[in-house]
Amino acid sequence: MGKYNMHVLVCGGTGCHASESETLLQNLKTEVLEHGLENEVQVIVTGCFGFCEKGPIVKIMPDNTFYTEVTPDDARVIVEEHLIKGRKVNRLLYTHPETKETVADSKHMDFYKKQLRIALRNCGFIDPENIEEYIARDGYEALARSLNELTPEQVIEIIKKSGLRGRGGGGFPTGLKWEITRKSVSDIKYVVCNADEGDPGAFMDRSILEGDPHSVIEAMAICGYCIGSSIGLVYIRAEYPLAIERLKTAIAQARDYGLLGEDIFGSGFNFDIELRYGAGAFVCGEETALIHSMEGLRGEPTVKPPFPSVSGYFGQPTNVNNVETLANVPPIINQGPEWFSTIGNEKSKGTKVFALAGKINNVGLIEVPMGTTLREVIYEIGEGIKDGKKFKAVQTGGPSGGCLTEKHLDTPIDYENLIASGSMMGSGGMIVMDEDDCMVSVAKFYLEFTVEESCGKCTPCRVGNKRLHEILDKITQGNGTREDLDRLRNLSHVIKDTALCGLGQTSPNPVLSTLDNFWDEFVEHVVDKKCRSGQCKALLQYVIVPENCVGCTACARNCPVNAISGERKEIHLIDQSICIKCGVCMEKCKFNAVLVK
Amino acid sequence: METIKLKIDGKDVTTTKGTTILKAAKEFGIQIPTLCYLHLEDLNIENKPAGCRVCVVEVEGRRNLAPACATECTDGMVINTHNIRVLNARKTVLELILSDHPTDCLVCAKNGICELQTMAQEMGIRELHYQGEQSHYREDTSPAIIRDVDKCIMCRRCEMMCNEVQTVGALSAVNRGFMSVVAPAFEMNLDHSVCTYCGQCVAVCPTGALTEVDHTNNVIRALADPTKTVIVQTAPAVRAALGEEFGLPAGTLVTGKLTAALRRLGFNYVFDTDFAADLTIMEEGTELLNRLNRHLKGEKVALPILTSCCPAWVNFFEHQFPDMRDIPSTARSPQQMFGAIAKTYFADKIQVKRENLVVVSVMPCLAKKYECQREEFATDGNPDVDFSISTRELAHLIKQSNIDFMSLPDEDFDNPLGESTGAGVIFGTTGGVIEAAVRTAYEVQTGKKLENVDFKELRGMEYIREATIDFDGLPIRIGIAHGLGNARELLQDIKDGKSHFHAIEIMACPGGCIGGGGQPLHHGDSSIIKARQKAIYEEDRNKAIRKSHENPYIIELYEKFLGKPMSDKAHHLLHTHYFDKSKEITVE
Amino acid sequence: MATITLPASKLDQLKDVCKSFNNDKKELINVLHKAQGIFGYLPAEVQEIIARELNISVAHVYGVVSFYSFFTMLPKGEHPISICLGTACYVRGAEKVIDEFKKHLQIKVGETTADGKFSLSCLRCVGACGLAPVVLVGEKVYGRVAPDGVKKILEEYT
Repeated sequence: MGKYNMHVLVCGGTGCHASESETLLQNLKTEVLEHGLENEVQVIVTGCFGFCEKGPIVKIMPDNTFYTEVTPDDARVIVEEHLIKGRKVNRLLYTHPETKETVADSKHMDFYKKQLRIALRNCGFIDPENIEEYIARDGYEALARSLNELTPEQVIEIIKKSGLRGRGGGGFPTGLKWEITRKSVSDIKYVVCNADEGDPGAFMDRSILEGDPHSVIEAMAICGYCIGSSIGLVYIRAEYPLAIERLKTAIAQARDYGLLGEDIFGSGFNFDIELRYGAGAFVCGEETALIHSMEGLRGEPTVKPPFPSVSGYFGQPTNVNNVETLANVPPIINQGPEWFSTIGNEKSKGTKVFALAGKINNVGLIEVPMGTTLREVIYEIGEGIKDGKKFKAVQTGGPSGGCLTEKHLDTPIDYENLIASGSMMGSGGMIVMDEDDCMVSVAKFYLEFTVEESCGKCTPCRVGNKRLHEILDKITQGNGTREDLDRLRNLSHVIKDTALCGLGQTSPNPVLSTLDNFWDEFVEHVVDKKCRSGQCKALLQYVIVPENCVGCTACARNCPVNAISGERKEIHLIDQSICIKCGVCMEKCKFNAVLVK
Repeated sequence: METIKLKIDGKDVTTTKGTTILKAAKEFGIQIPTLCYLHLEDLNIENKPAGCRVCVVEVEGRRNLAPACATECTDGMVINTHNIRVLNARKTVLELILSDHPTDCLVCAKNGICELQTMAQEMGIRELHYQGEQSHYREDTSPAIIRDVDKCIMCRRCEMMCNEVQTVGALSAVNRGFMSVVAPAFEMNLDHSVCTYCGQCVAVCPTGALTEVDHTNNVIRALADPTKTVIVQTAPAVRAALGEEFGLPAGTLVTGKLTAALRRLGFNYVFDTDFAADLTIMEEGTELLNRLNRHLKGEKVALPILTSCCPAWVNFFEHQFPDMRDIPSTARSPQQMFGAIAKTYFADKIQVKRENLVVVSVMPCLAKKYECQREEFATDGNPDVDFSISTRELAHLIKQSNIDFMSLPDEDFDNPLGESTGAGVIFGTTGGVIEAAVRTAYEVQTGKKLENVDFKELRGMEYIREATIDFDGLPIRIGIAHGLGNARELLQDIKDGKSHFHAIEIMACPGGCIGGGGQPLHHGDSSIIKARQKAIYEEDRNKAIRKSHENPYIIELYEKFLGKPMSDKAHHLLHTHYFDKSKEITVE
Repeated sequence: MATITLPASKLDQLKDVCKSFNNDKKELINVLHKAQGIFGYLPAEVQEIIARELNISVAHVYGVVSFYSFFTMLPKGEHPISICLGTACYVRGAEKVIDEFKKHLQIKVGETTADGKFSLSCLRCVGACGLAPVVLVGEKVYGRVAPDGVKKILEEYT
């Protein structure tokens, strides 16, 4: 970071961006200039710090001061107090929700304590639009070493030894994938980076691309070297304009520095990267669908085998890796496979990035070693459930995953454990739910998503998921039967067993896991016609509290369907079979005698 | 070829590497049901989206079930095709398809020949456990094809036919998820699209989603009208396929029974489109020689000449190659030549007014329905051919009229428009039109008699064939393409100036008219089309006269009415012109 | 002969876009992105021209356009409103926010108001889960939107 004494890092992640961090950045720059500090203080915008809950975030280096919820108006006080007078601005420091103590250094914050940042190593530290900052943090060293000192086989061996597995959901060993693609004989091969993050409630890839685009570029070049490809393609969501901009800037800079293009590091290896845009289809996260989309076709998956490693983009061997997987590659080469494989547990090595969201105190982007328990994530990093409510479930793996409960909280997070618990790693969405969430409705929410995102090619996904959604809807409307629960289960199993691609094969997971873990709640919905969290409107009951009812008849007179009976000055009664749940009785009652339950 | 061993349903099976489970099982007598899968082996057409998931089987050690149609066998595989897990999955998948399918089977055009219906019956589906919303789309009726895509099961066969085989591009899968369906652009009607009405989509549709426009009732009404004289012409490919509708093996010629049945139906005259095929040869052959000789003299003429008897092909180049519409022959198709002669020459002969003469054609084709509705083929609004019905529709008509087809005697066509030569017959297969043309053109050009009229080098099923015929020292280079995708290739060569042919025959349907969109359904068995081809050549061999210009009634027609080929009268009645059907771009 | 009519300047612009991608059919999705950038949506005429320029069938172009949710054949409102329906937003009450917008604008999701001012759509996760539920009006992001805040947002644009 060169000649400056101090650096002011402003989070430019999407969350902070949405909270006026751009104006804040401008104000900080103006203030620095106005106070004549431009030669000593550098103000830069960085990628996501992860602590989105308390954004916008400003960090002052080198003293590591972490300011939260900073508004544009706070620029002056930060410059005048902190930069000039050396006094921390107390009111902008993070306050521990329980102890009420302020914490200045992010290292001491619960949110960061348990985290280990490998994929996110540069996010929040460097200016993603400046290649020199990436280079200053060992950037492109792994590429240089690979090209100058190692054979492709040796690099593949390092990746294999590290135990790195695909972070996009499937968990396929990355080194093995590279090896298969390397062995496929063809003059033209492709390296594809899957940046079509479509999981609702996940923004890991976006944050990496926005905060550290060069790590992905470097890894793609290394992969190209290993498999024998000179063309890289990034398939990125068009809805990620900032990530696209940063990636474009980074590619241009890498070309200027000779890190992309011809004869990289004088090794004779050529590699360059082009962008391809997704257009809003979740199924394109599936590699074969993604490839078809890049070919200008409908993003429909095809049967595997043949795997893309053998026959992919325009029939050529194609290695598809997701953003986070790639971001792990340079550190593995720099620090060795042994270092990486000591992190995590037996079958799952390294770390995993999660987008922690929902009813949790600390919403944000986190990276933890594999094997960290859900409890540690939710209660330590996430600092528990919002508003002191009771934890009910945590959903991992997005629409392909499942809802885990209290009993799973001490399960170490890894690929196998999550699958064994009825969920999956997925791309890394982690949504926490509390007692106010109805699990039937949650399952319905995910199925609604799948129904909308199904490509329509295979029957089980096209029609089966529609039927699952309809049954779930019927249950939330209070019309479900016990037989519907059996139907849900059988249909879910058949869809898993017969769907063409990963989307369909995992789409019933939210149903099966909620059926397994919240069976009572389903039974309540269909037998007792009750929704304990009160989310299912159709299952609400308006009742009269006898103690409060004075028999004024206001409710009965205003009931549009004459569902209320009772003589004047006597306790009234609502006939549930007639009631349409319009709520007029409750509105008209002056004695709090109408209750909804 | 590497041999591998596996187990299917407990049986030891040996097969070659790369074979699909479906095929390997079939070789050993295990018929795994399929729905979306289609393989016309002899025509090299395969549809394998693995979308319906009806063919799923259990592969031991594999997490989920595998689609047999698209999963290759590997050494040591253990496969179960009908255990409880597979059966439950297969039935459930089938129930899901049915849950989004109308249940008006009894009044569906495909009742009894619907692959979905048959499968539901075979699988013993008696109840739908998963009912819910059904997807609904607008019904689309074009001049030839009805799309009732509420019945579409997304097998994608039509899409494959329209795009990969025919390269027409009228259809595509559209939307996604539950609302996905195969449709023309913007889900507009087919008649707004580049559809050629070749009917290959209809020929492969497993359900009632794609059917022909049914004109049988028009025919019944015309036959019942005492003021009308109703005559019928029947195309060569019909006699080679109609028998299939009555349980006869593919390739059975039923010319005599066909004629008898048409007479029983009440047609006043039963004629043969083959007669008009002979007439076509006279006109088209003359045009060919005309252009050829002018070319030999060094004049600049459009060569190669392309045949023009296939209406889907005409539609194809009008839409896709409008700037090349001077290349095809101007000769009308046999159907239209027949109509034009019937409503002039023949009407005069029997002294019936044009408007009281109804001409019905029986065709293996759906594009013929559109062709006979073209404005240029009508006089004062009265069409030369009133109704065109398909081979399938004729079978319905025969069944409705209580005719026991099998016990019919063999009868002959009426004259004068019923006499034909072997050359007219082979119009029904790929390679036949050009062979017929060569038989006549050779003799006209060289003045010599042909020793052998069988030009084997022009026959076959390969998509693009070429041969050089020695016209007594003059080599005539001939190209043949069937399937519009292959036609496109030859057309593109012409456009690029790379074509070296003098004449090219094009038929839109794979196999030619014998594989037409109006023929009895082959249900994926391409050997049926081959058998029909064999029958056509057999009929040719059995004919006493095998060259068009020797047809005595053709000679008489020219003598008494037309004068000579390409005369003004012939031009007026037997030739046409083509239109630019591409969309024009204008700016505001 | 049917006709396709487009303003001359935009037609040239569209052709230039196709040309910039070498009229290569595999670039269809990139071309559609650019075309939607020019026209705001992808009317049938635009798809016809693209099909012609890239030498593919218009049915195929429509098949692609109708597959991807990012592409639209309907013009969006002057102020397109998008409500995030990512899971984080969902569990924090995004559905109620949608209902409120629907009520105020008297349109359904996917529709545009009669005066062309607002259109309503849903999207999946903008990556601002910390601000859930999130609403976008044009490029502007509104975080932690409660149903009773909807009216205020709309007032900014009327």
